[in-house]
Amino acid sequence: MMTDTTPKMQYRIALRNCGFINPENIDEYIAVKGYQALGKVLSEYTPQKVVNVIKESHLRGRGGGGFPTGLKWELTARETSDEKYIICNADEGDPGAFMDRSILEGDPHSVLEAMAIAGYAIGSNKGYIYIRAEYPLAISRLQTAIEQARSYGLLGNDIFSSGFDFDIELKLGAGAFVCGEETALINSLQGLRGEPNKKPPFPSVSGFRGKPTSVNNVETFANIPAIIMKGPEWFQSIGTKHSKGTKVFALAGKVNNVGLVEVPMGTTLREIIYDIGGGISDGKAFKAVQTGGPSGGVITEENLDTPIDYESIRKIGSMMGSGGMIVLDEDTDMVELSKFYLDFTQDESCGKCTPCRIGTKRLYEILDRLTQMEGTPEDLDLLEELSHNVKDSSLCGLGQSAPNPILSTIDRFREEYEAYAYRTKKTTYSIDEDKCIGCTKCSRVCPVDCITGEVKQPHVVDESECIACGACYNACPVDAIIKP
Amino acid sequence: MGNIDLSFTNLDQDKLTELKTYINELERPEESLIHVLHRAQKLFGHIPHNLQFFVAKHLNIGAARVNGVVSFYSFFNEEKPGEYDISVCMGTACYVRGADTVLHTLLERLEIDKGHVTEDGLFSVRDVRCIGACGLAPVVTVGEKVYGHVTDDMALDIIDKYRGEHNDN
Repeated sequence: MMTDTTPKMQYRIALRNCGFINPENIDEYIAVKGYQALGKVLSEYTPQKVVNVIKESHLRGRGGGGFPTGLKWELTARETSDEKYIICNADEGDPGAFMDRSILEGDPHSVLEAMAIAGYAIGSNKGYIYIRAEYPLAISRLQTAIEQARSYGLLGNDIFSSGFDFDIELKLGAGAFVCGEETALINSLQGLRGEPNKKPPFPSVSGFRGKPTSVNNVETFANIPAIIMKGPEWFQSIGTKHSKGTKVFALAGKVNNVGLVEVPMGTTLREIIYDIGGGISDGKAFKAVQTGGPSGGVITEENLDTPIDYESIRKIGSMMGSGGMIVLDEDTDMVELSKFYLDFTQDESCGKCTPCRIGTKRLYEILDRLTQMEGTPEDLDLLEELSHNVKDSSLCGLGQSAPNPILSTIDRFREEYEAYAYRTKKTTYSIDEDKCIGCTKCSRVCPVDCITGEVKQPHVVDESECIACGACYNACPVDAIIKP
Repeated sequence: MGNIDLSFTNLDQDKLTELKTYINELERPEESLIHVLHRAQKLFGHIPHNLQFFVAKHLNIGAARVNGVVSFYSFFNEEKPGEYDISVCMGTACYVRGADTVLHTLLERLEIDKGHVTEDGLFSVRDVRCIGACGLAPVVTVGEKVYGHVTDDMALDIIDKYRGEHNDN
């Protein structure tokens, strides 16, 4: 019997125009039905109807949290205020993720159009895009797009003669991961340090300049015009029971095809990594895939066939996050990986609350101690206990999720932590006698002359002298050198 | 902070005038500090302490608030970078593909620590947050130029290339 092995195709909603239209020419966006969704809502829909359509579509925030977008708009819409704001969160700080950047560079008008639709829905006349200063091309394309939209009357006063005014301004970030958190982002927009506030009040009640504010992510916005044009039923028909539509992932790491993939919710990681990603690079074995960046965790072989959506990915110990997906091969040291993430979070901790400021630093120090072979078995218990403390008591999402990379890897790869804690980890190179052809290349490159052997005879590493520089590994023509 | 020259005489006066004009034209100066600092860094390359005072004075806010913001955001430099400012991306994709050894190689060859400048003022090296070029990992940038799939050997070639360019000029 034949089985269907055809990979599921990618399905582009958020990335529908990226690469197909010239992002610096508004006419090309209009030619693919751009700004028709805005025209449709302004001429046919009441603001409440727009909110209803987005609610019915079950679109959820693509920035990581997965909060229902329609509900966020409704909460902001029902506040009474002389001014309200729409903010586009384009502070894509998750290392290894670049979906928002691609949308902003490849299809900036879709975001502008969606922001105007959102403005109409909640009763706001002003939008801000908070964008990383590290993305100069996206900034310049957005600036161009805003000016073109203004000159066509698609931003500004009395859009489509509907009496609705909406304009958008760019605001630059300055390199702070915590600003992805919406209250920190709002503080940064106001020229302050990007420190988060306690919630409530939520931004929908008191946000930018103390006014009702809806903060939505770039990818979330990119879905909006398509939902308006094709209807909520269409959007609902894609995806899983609780997660509708598609998700863009930034596939990177040790995989053959790196880049962005957009797949329906419910696609499995195996399909993404093997069918789309072309498998692991350099013929290595798969070890794990890291999702959710510094807030997420690792997923191993046994869960590769789980259909991915917001709920299922949590159940298998990670999180959707903004869509970073880093493939790890057999060579990846999981303790070093945790240390890498904690180095990031302890550096990016804003310092406002103690559990995050001090806790992440101590976590990093324990991991550093372990990898320096100076740790003890007690460190493992301490690591877990402190991780739970930091998770439970930090003020914002950064601290609450910072220990996730540790908890996830210690659960699945405990033996790697123990090898460091009990100091049984091998740290030097050695030679596989059966493979060695005695070519002498390794002994010639060894900077400390600790490899000996006769020509055409297996060579030996004096492991007491080895400094683990890896020169022999790179020099060996027959892969006979065994890594630590 | 030590002694700070509050006369601003060691700063380029034309650039200061330009910055002052920019500040005066702002619609909402009270919430524009980050934009002003971006402009200041673009003009001067870095934001030394007396320039922070200048910004504070013209925005009519405390110097502590300015310094608080400058030191909070990693994009702003208080120290002057080298003529060739080398950034090694430390995003996860670059990291798993060996960005840490590339960084180490650069620092070792230039004999400096991370975030510092060589004695001749030619090079500075730092690690930066993900620049979103994960498909090219590991990535090194020098000024606006991006180098992808960088190996240790390529990193050394990059230094030689810029040193050569400098010597030719």
